[in-house]
Amino acid sequence: MTTTIEDQMFMTESEELISGSEAVAIACALADVDVITAYPIRPYDTVMQYVSKLKADGAFDCDFIVAESEHSQFEIVKHASSVGARTFCGSSGVGWFYAFEAIAVTAGLRLPVVAMVGNRALDDPGAFGVEHNDAMAVRDLGWMLYWVATAQEALDMALMAWKIAEDSRAFLPFALSCDGSFLTHSQAIVNVPTQEQVRRFLPDYDRGRLQLHPDNPITVAPQVNEDWLMEIRRQSDEAMHRTPAVIKEVYEEFKQVFGRGDPSPFLEEYMTDDDPDIILMGMGTLSLPVRVAIRRMREQGKKVGFVRLKFFRPFATEEVQEALGNCKAVAVVDRDYSFGSPSFGGVLFNEVRSALYPLEKRPHVVNFIAGLGGREVRVRDVEEMVEITQKAIDTGKIDRECNWIGVRE
Amino acid sequence: MSTVAVEVVYRGIFQKTLARNIVRSIVFAARKEGKYGTAFGRYGDSPERNGIPAKQFAIVADDAEELEENLAVYEAQEVDVTINVDDTMCKGIESWAWYGLQPINALTKPGGTLIVTSRQETDALIEDIHRKDEPYNLSVLTSVPSFSGLWVYKDDHTDVRILGALAKVCPQLVSLESMVEAIQDQGWDDLKVRSAERAYERAGLRPVEPGEGNDETPFTFDLPGWTTMEEGLVIRGIEQGGGFRGAEGGYQPVRNSVFKKYSTRSMRPIVNFETCIKCTLCWLQCPDTCFDVTPDGLYDANLESCCGCGVCEAVCPVPECVTMINEAEFNDNASQYEAWQQNPEGYKQWMASLIEGEKKVERTHGFHHVGGYDEQLAAAGED
Ligand code: SF4
Ligand code: SF4
Repeated sequence: MTTTIEDQMFMTESEELISGSEAVAIACALADVDVITAYPIRPYDTVMQYVSKLKADGAFDCDFIVAESEHSQFEIVKHASSVGARTFCGSSGVGWFYAFEAIAVTAGLRLPVVAMVGNRALDDPGAFGVEHNDAMAVRDLGWMLYWVATAQEALDMALMAWKIAEDSRAFLPFALSCDGSFLTHSQAIVNVPTQEQVRRFLPDYDRGRLQLHPDNPITVAPQVNEDWLMEIRRQSDEAMHRTPAVIKEVYEEFKQVFGRGDPSPFLEEYMTDDDPDIILMGMGTLSLPVRVAIRRMREQGKKVGFVRLKFFRPFATEEVQEALGNCKAVAVVDRDYSFGSPSFGGVLFNEVRSALYPLEKRPHVVNFIAGLGGREVRVRDVEEMVEITQKAIDTGKIDRECNWIGVRE
Repeated sequence: MSTVAVEVVYRGIFQKTLARNIVRSIVFAARKEGKYGTAFGRYGDSPERNGIPAKQFAIVADDAEELEENLAVYEAQEVDVTINVDDTMCKGIESWAWYGLQPINALTKPGGTLIVTSRQETDALIEDIHRKDEPYNLSVLTSVPSFSGLWVYKDDHTDVRILGALAKVCPQLVSLESMVEAIQDQGWDDLKVRSAERAYERAGLRPVEPGEGNDETPFTFDLPGWTTMEEGLVIRGIEQGGGFRGAEGGYQPVRNSVFKKYSTRSMRPIVNFETCIKCTLCWLQCPDTCFDVTPDGLYDANLESCCGCGVCEAVCPVPECVTMINEAEFNDNASQYEAWQQNPEGYKQWMASLIEGEKKVERTHGFHHVGGYDEQLAAAGED
């Protein structure tokens, strides 16, 4: 689809003071997304506000559809994607859950929808603050799942998300998880690239032989019996197997065109070069207090580092093993819960622990549940986590595998 | 140690309750003799649709552990007795649960028995039934097919008559006494007990020799693997059609070659090409796009795709131009148009004999008119 761009917009690189949500909205304009659907729920709604403003300002042209519910919102992009439209959508908390039928089939149908999840606690009680359980719910379905830490990363990763998802080797949906408040409502300096740069980087979405079109008569999504389903699941499994290579390729191209990015698309490592005794691990904006705490503890001579997991799906097992395999103990910080799970721990904890299990020399893995419902994770909370983890190293045994931090007794 | 497996092949919805009554009664009767059993419908058949061939099973074993051994395979690979409650399925069955045409006796084990409810002669049935390499027995229970809806049950005693016959042809399963007890336990009346006993007395066996029967090779379909399947849950559309039998004029759509649907049919339309006014209604309304358009603008029902719904008969404005006839009267899916072209006079006579005989169907799903139930019950009583 053609786009008319106002003369002044995105012609030159610029620095903007914007929130993570605004950054994602700008990415939509830069990527020239064709169909965007919206239904208000906090904190995701900030994106739809910025998108509609950009459209109204003439920054880009798209079908912007305010649906009557999250379910329809995701149904619409699912169908639009199947006819070859680049799509964007999003939600938060139980809104995301209300769309779940459509969300599940989007992955099953291998449609490269890109969605932003403004992470929010699940009702009840009604709460706006961040928890990761909403986005986590798609972890088994064939969605790629990425946790963003900064507004710049939100913009950059959104641009990459379309390129990765729309690669025919993947053809899988991509959820960009952005912590409510800390990312969606906080403004930071962001480098906004030009439309020209983005065009060079991001090709048109080509659905190829799978495109639903009168010239390409196909049936999509038949009813099947048990004699088909395993083959279909195995195909999705294979597509997910192919995504790490696609992600690496796209990440390298992005670095070449835009001149920024980490060494790895999967992990961000902080102060891990000297093989610290303890490595903290977590996702999203948690990195901010953790990094500050690490700097303080380093001053006191404690050998502590941090690994931020960026892609939760695909889970980069080997990279995680490499990054954590040489320390004495890992402290996994979960901004989520999984009641009744192994060790009654968080979701990330159990995934990390399971990834480390095949190692010959396994570090202790201690779990911390923190920052639920948007509660602040303070520097001293991080210090407490490290103390508890240090005790496991000193005594050679873990007292309690899962510890709730910052909760009133 | 002995296990006996019985399958009931029935028409979806119309005969579901009938099949259920049979398999459940078998297990109840086996319990009377201290045996263990299970009864279940093949899950792949559901959600059932009108008339589509489906299966239910009863497995009976001497003890619980032996039963478990047999349940480790979800569905029996062979059965001691196959019960077919609609003789038109003797031509083979295509279901939602498997691909291709399955002979009615596909699972009947060597030396096992196929029970069929039918008014046809035994030899006429054997002509329809696909041949096997091993001998088996055929037992015909004289009866009109018992059809009703899902929520209504036409209690024409077909269930208990089959149970009576079953006790006779498969004595290792359960005795007649146990069958009778199971019938009484379910609150069914003495009339039904008598029907079961009468069926027991009358049931006979006709040995079928290896190689005897229909020599058609049933159509099959090979399931693709995950590496050869299209991704994204996509199924390619089939080609558009062209002229009638490849000719310039007329029109013939391309049809699915692996899913044909004709075994769903218990009656079929016959078309009078001489009274047809070419109104197009049958062609338009047929839910399965069955009609091939001939170069002279007539409509020839393609009988490989016709499911026998009767819509064409209902919409045709000309009396007896399209008439539904008992499927049991036919042995192939040959083109009526071609038969008519070759011998118009012969075709006319053939058509008239079908319409005027008793063949114009009472084989309906449910009852065409108020009072049909009483009439059929009376007819069943006389039998
Ligand atoms: S009975 Fe008539 S309308 Fe129904 S499927 Fe057959 S040809 Fe079509
Ligand atoms: S509905 Fe009857 S009259 Fe009309 S085209 Fe069909 S067969 Fe002929």
